[in-house]
Amino acid sequence: MTVTDDNTNAVPTPDNNLNDNKPVGYGRMLRKEDPRFVRGLGQYCDDVELPGMLHLAILRSPMAHARIVNIDKSAAEAHPKVKAVITGADLAEQGLAWMPTLSNDVQAVLATDKVRFQHQEVAFVVAEDRYSARDALELIDVEYEYIKPVVDVRKAMDPESAIIRDDLEGKEDNYCFKWETGDKEATEAVFANADVTVKEEVVYPRVHPAPMETCGCVADVDRVSGKLTLWSTTQAPHAHRTVYALVSGLPEHKIRVIAPDIGGGFGNKVPIYPGYVCAIVASLVIGKPVKWMEDRTENLVSTGFARDYVMQGEIAATKDGKIQAIRTHVLADHGAFNGTAAPLKYPAGFFGVFTGSYDIDAAYCDMDAVYTNKAPGGVAYACSFRITEAVYLVERIVDCLAYELDMDPAELRLKNFIQPEQFPYESKTGWVYDSGDYEPAMRKAMDMIGYDDLRAEQAEKRAKGELMGIGISFFTEAVGAGPRKDMDILGLGMADGCELRIHPTGKAVVRLSVKTQGQGHETTFAQIIAEELGIAPDDIDVVHGDTDNTPFGLGTYGSRSTPVSGAAAALVARKIREKAHIISSGMLEASVADIEWVKGSFQVKGDPEKSVTIQDVAMRAHGAGDLPQGIEGGLDASVCYNPDNLTYPFGAYICVVDVDPGTAEVKVRRFVAVDDCGTQINPMIIEGQVHGGLTDGVGMALMEMISFDEEGNCLNSTLMDYLIPTAMEVPDWETGHTVTPSPHHPIGAKGIGESATVGSPPAVVNAVVDALKPYGIRHADMPLTPSRVWEAMQGNHTPPI
Amino acid sequence: MQVTMTINGEEVSREVEPRTLLVHFLRDHVGLTGTHWGCDTSNCGTCVVWIDEEPVKSCTHLAAMAGGHAVRTVEGLEVDGELDPVQEGFIQCHGLQCGFCTPGMMMTARALLDRNPDPDEATIREAISGQICRCTGYSTIIRSIQWAASKERETAVELAGASNEGASA
Ligand code: FES
Ligand code: FES
Repeated sequence: MTVTDDNTNAVPTPDNNLNDNKPVGYGRMLRKEDPRFVRGLGQYCDDVELPGMLHLAILRSPMAHARIVNIDKSAAEAHPKVKAVITGADLAEQGLAWMPTLSNDVQAVLATDKVRFQHQEVAFVVAEDRYSARDALELIDVEYEYIKPVVDVRKAMDPESAIIRDDLEGKEDNYCFKWETGDKEATEAVFANADVTVKEEVVYPRVHPAPMETCGCVADVDRVSGKLTLWSTTQAPHAHRTVYALVSGLPEHKIRVIAPDIGGGFGNKVPIYPGYVCAIVASLVIGKPVKWMEDRTENLVSTGFARDYVMQGEIAATKDGKIQAIRTHVLADHGAFNGTAAPLKYPAGFFGVFTGSYDIDAAYCDMDAVYTNKAPGGVAYACSFRITEAVYLVERIVDCLAYELDMDPAELRLKNFIQPEQFPYESKTGWVYDSGDYEPAMRKAMDMIGYDDLRAEQAEKRAKGELMGIGISFFTEAVGAGPRKDMDILGLGMADGCELRIHPTGKAVVRLSVKTQGQGHETTFAQIIAEELGIAPDDIDVVHGDTDNTPFGLGTYGSRSTPVSGAAAALVARKIREKAHIISSGMLEASVADIEWVKGSFQVKGDPEKSVTIQDVAMRAHGAGDLPQGIEGGLDASVCYNPDNLTYPFGAYICVVDVDPGTAEVKVRRFVAVDDCGTQINPMIIEGQVHGGLTDGVGMALMEMISFDEEGNCLNSTLMDYLIPTAMEVPDWETGHTVTPSPHHPIGAKGIGESATVGSPPAVVNAVVDALKPYGIRHADMPLTPSRVWEAMQGNHTPPI
Repeated sequence: MQVTMTINGEEVSREVEPRTLLVHFLRDHVGLTGTHWGCDTSNCGTCVVWIDEEPVKSCTHLAAMAGGHAVRTVEGLEVDGELDPVQEGFIQCHGLQCGFCTPGMMMTARALLDRNPDPDEATIREAISGQICRCTGYSTIIRSIQWAASKERETAVELAGASNEGASA
């Protein structure tokens, strides 16, 4: 059942601190992590300081494609503060020059034969301090032999293009992989008979998550025990530990990965980067702790990018606007190494959900993924494993259809939604949507923004030559990877462990495999346990981000923490509650069947006077005296949760823009986001997640892009030319919600972390294109910078790549 | 070279290379890691501290330039165990997520409120426009600063009332 309630965007004041409800369970609650952060006492990676610690800096290639002829490191080695200078050849001697990527490709730790993208890692220096390490990089002399780089993705497969991956045996082209989904013939048949078909090329350019904290680590190998402790900016500490064990040959129990406070991740901190491996090698070789921290340029030019899809979108419909089929061909640029982090059976991530929120008859996609001389990556930036691209494609071509049919885009969507009674709904590409009720969310967004009034205002403005646009996006996501029968990363199943221990005095500690990067796990997970056990969140310590002290699990990305680990937390608490129930029967001298759980205590049915609290039971579980037969002492439990299915959050977003006809500058005037992520644990945190994602969406739609010149030089390597929204470019966000619980999740929760990043770019682009309707424009590609919008207005819009 | 300054009211002196940036001086030499570093080009503002009550980007100042001056960092916002209203506002209004931009944002906010006790939304947006937050989308940061402003105005009224009437409100 979908619950919609009125959600004013009330603002806390000193007289009404409405976020501070101190719930014993779900509700608005201030974050447990904030007291340290507001004092500047967060402990981020670069804050780790160990005695005798050395600093590592990486020499990177100035060229995008070149053979390495010679490296002379003698001058760098002679620098008085330098402890080591290591090249790819040095690593190759130890068999460490290459490492596996999370997509089962390989990537060079340091280049041995060729460099394959600009700023690829070529050598590293370890020195006494940050500055000397950088100084010494200047002293390394590398001789390169130029090879024509492959920059244009559309030409990657041309026979005259150089072969980038000649390291792979027998590789004679730049294919990375081919992939298809859906039913080709059935889709062709629908298109052949459709009243209306619309085709549009839709480009999602390369963008970068650019968290405010760059990537880095401190590696410390204990000389005596041989144990490696690695503080690192990782969203997936357990998965990383296993991969390090596989790469380095260090036994897994001799590796401890600690993810300290993380200054934003957004997918950027999922892959394993060469810098981490270099720091580990350096600490092993030198026997001292070694710190590596990227600078901003290194972060933007070499770590996990996102998107880079050229999509041919086609949609078929009846003339009254019933959508019948969607078809697409995708050309995917994976850069020089396939560094995508996605479940192995899903090389294109979850792009298969490109049929969106609509009940259609047929769908088909085929994809060519290629190598180019650009940085590796592919899945990052809060994309829910490529759902961002899928949602952008479908929401853009639905608007193109509305344009052709001259139909209101809201009406067109309302007409085609999957209906509530159709859930669970199997899409034409095989995804089983768990629950949904789309129309109430859409209507709510339209009410909140005052849709009809806005259309009237737009008509008046158009008559005066002013450019105002209203853009809609309705998205469905598939998050919470995933069922281990289908989903693994490098053979590691995507289930999550969780451990919970109740201390004798009734306080608790819960240990998670996932890792917050700002999402507030220390608060949310305490609330999940609190809801199940009636122990106040302040009495529950949440431990995460340390492989020695937490159970195994695959980490935080793809909005999976609440869908997977959140379920694990609820189930482990229920396991404890069951045991506590039995213990309470001994204490109350009543049968288990006669005792009921009333949040926080066990009561004899019909006699609420006779009750014991969970704290009483905890003391009894650890105390003297007999426990019921067959019950062990203590009150702890662990689970490993394997989800039945993904969860499918959805939302309706409406954006209003004004475009300056003289300068082509786009101003986002208003943005309403109505999200449905199922059961809400902490609405304050949910709102925060949505706000952040909406800002990303404005960034991508209007400002952000990683582009290259024809020699493969990255043109957006600093925050001066990779533009991220500041407070000046975004409006005050207006949010609302509906609640449609997931039927298979123990608490009915879905994920929310990426919904807004996924859902908002098409709303902004649709709004800009709508504003430009008087110019006869049906489509324009991101980023819609003033110059690109101006070109569109002049009739010469070109794709960004 | 020897560089001496007061940081959060205490005199600090260190021998450093002349090229040492203030942000590195604070973090690596003095151990005050609340001030962060996030870019190479003075764009992000995670490094904002005060020099003589003026918010500056500490990545764009040499430590030597702060020599002889009074520096205030995020660690100096809390006074005698009492949080600054700006810090409280950020907690109450969910003005932070990962917390990385937060120290810089709060230093700018504190400086703004010292000059303008009742800034409107546009003024706040402009004041923090040299800083990037990748997590919050700014609305909650603006609410946090407004929360602090109204708290300070209330306290000021209470104090005025107390001194006028000799009784506490
Ligand atoms: S570190 Fe980015 S502005 Fe100072
Ligand atoms: S809270 Fe993460 S960058 Fe602002």
